[in-house]
This record gives sequence, C-alpha cells and structure tokens, in this order.
Amino acid sequence: MTLPINAQNVSIVSVEKINKLSGENVKLCMQCGTCTASCPMAEEMEFYPRKVMHLSQFGLLSEMEDINTYWKCASCHSCSVRCPRGIDIAKVMEALRQLVLRTSKNYIEPSEMPAEQIKELPQIAMVAGFRKLTS
Amino acid sequence: MKISYYPGCTLKLKAKNLELAALASLQALGIDVEEMDRWNCCGAVYSLTDDDLIHHIGPVRNLVRAKERGADKLVTLCSMCYNTLARANQLMRKDQVKRDTINRFMDDEIDYAGEVEVVHFLTLLEEQVGWDTIKKKVKKPLTGLKVAPYYGCTLQRPQAVGIEPMGSFSLMTRLLEAIGATVVPFYSADKCCGSYQVLNVEAGDNDAAANVINAAASAGIEALATSCPLCEYNLGKQQDQFMAKGKITANVPTFYFTQLLGMALGVDPEVCHFELNDSKAVLLLEAKQIQVAA
Repeated sequence: MTLPINAQNVSIVSVEKINKLSGENVKLCMQCGTCTASCPMAEEMEFYPRKVMHLSQFGLLSEMEDINTYWKCASCHSCSVRCPRGIDIAKVMEALRQLVLRTSKNYIEPSEMPAEQIKELPQIAMVAGFRKLTS
Repeated sequence: MKISYYPGCTLKLKAKNLELAALASLQALGIDVEEMDRWNCCGAVYSLTDDDLIHHIGPVRNLVRAKERGADKLVTLCSMCYNTLARANQLMRKDQVKRDTINRFMDDEIDYAGEVEVVHFLTLLEEQVGWDTIKKKVKKPLTGLKVAPYYGCTLQRPQAVGIEPMGSFSLMTRLLEAIGATVVPFYSADKCCGSYQVLNVEAGDNDAAANVINAAASAGIEALATSCPLCEYNLGKQQDQFMAKGKITANVPTFYFTQLLGMALGVDPEVCHFELNDSKAVLLLEAKQIQVAA
C-alpha cells in the first residue's frame, strides 16, 4: 500500500500533539528499525513500529487511525531501551493510544469478555489491560 | 533499618503462592518486614503520557504511607508493582514541577519527595541476607532441577529502575544456584510474555508467550522461575491451550522463585500453595523427588 506524504496530509499540529503527550520528539527518529527488530509483537502488527514512527514524524494520524500497532504494543519497553536515538517509543505508542481513548472510544469491551476468562485472569492483567485499552 | 512490605492486589488472591512462600522464607531467614497497614492499588502500569498525573496518585500514596511509618525501604514482590512504584518514586525525586503538583493535589497527605527507597525482594535478599547465608540455611537443595530465571519486562526496563543491568540475570541466577538448582542460561529471559495483551487475544493465541516456552524447551530448561503473576499466568497457565493449538510441543512449568526458595529452606509445602500453579509444575517436582505435600 502506498501512503502519500504531501502538503495536504502532513500535519504539524498532530506532530506537536504526539510530542506533547509522549514527552518525546519523534523527529529524532532516523528510521533504523531497531524498534521493529526488538518488538515481541511486531509479527502481529499491521504496521511495524518503525513505520508508525515515520508516520508520526509527519503527523499522519488519519493513516494510523485503524491500524492495530499501538493496540498490540505491550509496553514492554524493549524498543525504548534499544533506540539509538534515545526515543522512548513506548511513550509514543501510549500517546497514539491516548489520542483515541480520549475521544471515549474503547479498544476492547470489558462487558464482552467471557466470564470464564475474567475468573481466571490475575488482577494485574485486568487493571493493566483496562488502563491501556479502554477509555 | 525499617522495611515496609507492599503486597499488591494479585498476591492476596490469585498469586498467594508468590506471597506466602516469600513471607515464610523471610521468617526462615530471620528477616523482619512489616506489611503496610493501609495500601492501595499501584496502578499496575506506569502512566506514560506526559500530562497524566492523576494515575501517579495511586503509587505515590503508597510511598507516602511508607514514609509516614518511618520506613527506609519499601519492598515488593510483584514485578509490575515494583516497576510502577519505582518509576513513580523516581518521578517524585527528579521532576520538581510534577512533584509539586502531585503534593499540592494530595494536600491531605504529608509532602513526598522520594525519601523511601523502592526495592525488589531479590535485591533485599542480596543486601540483607546474602547468597552464602541462604546457601548455608538450605535444608532441601533442589538438586537436579534444571531451571532458568525469567525476568520478563518490568524487572529490568526501563534501565533507570532495573534491578540489575539489561541482559544480566545474576540476582535470580545466584539465588537459584544457592538453593542447589542447576541454572541453565536462557537468552529469552527478558523477552515479553505478552503482558496485558492477553485481554486482546483469543485463549491460546498469545504467541509472545508461546515463543518464550519454545525457547526454554529447546534450551533444555525444565522449569522457569518468575516473580510476576502476569508472566506466570501467560506462560504457566496457558500451556494446555498452546499445546492444543500446536504452538508448543513441550511443557515448561513455571514457578515463583519464592516457592523454590521456600522448598529449599524447608518451609511447609502447603504454605507454598503449589495447587495454584499449573498441575504440570507439581508433576515436575514429584518427578525430581521434591516433596510438595506436607
């Protein structure tokens, strides 16, 4: 899939939003792909972390609207500790999640979870999961 | 030195085997810790957005409680609690603007600036007891059990709160060696188990965890030792599902490191609550002639 990057869809405001929420500067990314190589969830992601960093550099939020990358992120910080540019990429993924969650959208619906699963899960799984995946 | 103990929610219910084995082991080692009389949820995950201070209130309130009680250290067992509390503590030490905002918000509490030190149980064992002492107090060494430490994410990342440098697993390795187990090098010891993503996938579809099990099995590891209830759930309790879906070919039971320590120190096996582990874990110990029933 070709993603056009041009004056029409590049958004400086969105770049600033991502930077402000994450406390990071996505422009520092040099696209080396170490994040993707370190990511235990990369195989399940529609766009690899490197690509999400690239789209973030141009503020292409609409292109990232329906992808699962930041919802698949487990905040394990493997990318953050290895980034040669010192970007805490886990924080960028959190910012992208929050941009959606703060519009009152849930990624998973707690009410639809099977009762059997809720019974089995350790409490920290639910506290952590609901904090990351629900608004 | 006064040490406060923060258990966290999961240790009181699903991971009683982590907590009770640890407390009984400490007693056997002659170390006193005091459970905080009031504690609340740590939040399980540290808030990563820069403008979100409200989610730091939970962990910081626990730190305030420890300071109020005059504690020098706050010890935790659960890896996720450790990470969240240690990062919140670091924030309160280093970021003056956020510290002031949080302290102003909690105006019913004493001010907090990171006075308490958050330590993990493994660090406490090294500093307060020492591996040689543990070795001397072992009554039933776990001879012949091929085990590897599994740290997961939150004991080591980010580096500023890691219990030891990235890629080094010496704390748990030295503990397991001290209790007589055979420690097998394991290069996936800090690979993620999928964490809370278990809510986001069908049962048995957590590939990150299945990959860890496969890596362990091919390294000749018989059991994994962990300190995180979520790792234990994702790795230990999902193996039947992984097997049914053909994602793994061999079982590698998981234990909390405190259960193994407890067994070696001669703690009553019932206190270690092996019935809360996967049944394969008990079968392995029995095969190794390690007594699991009182």
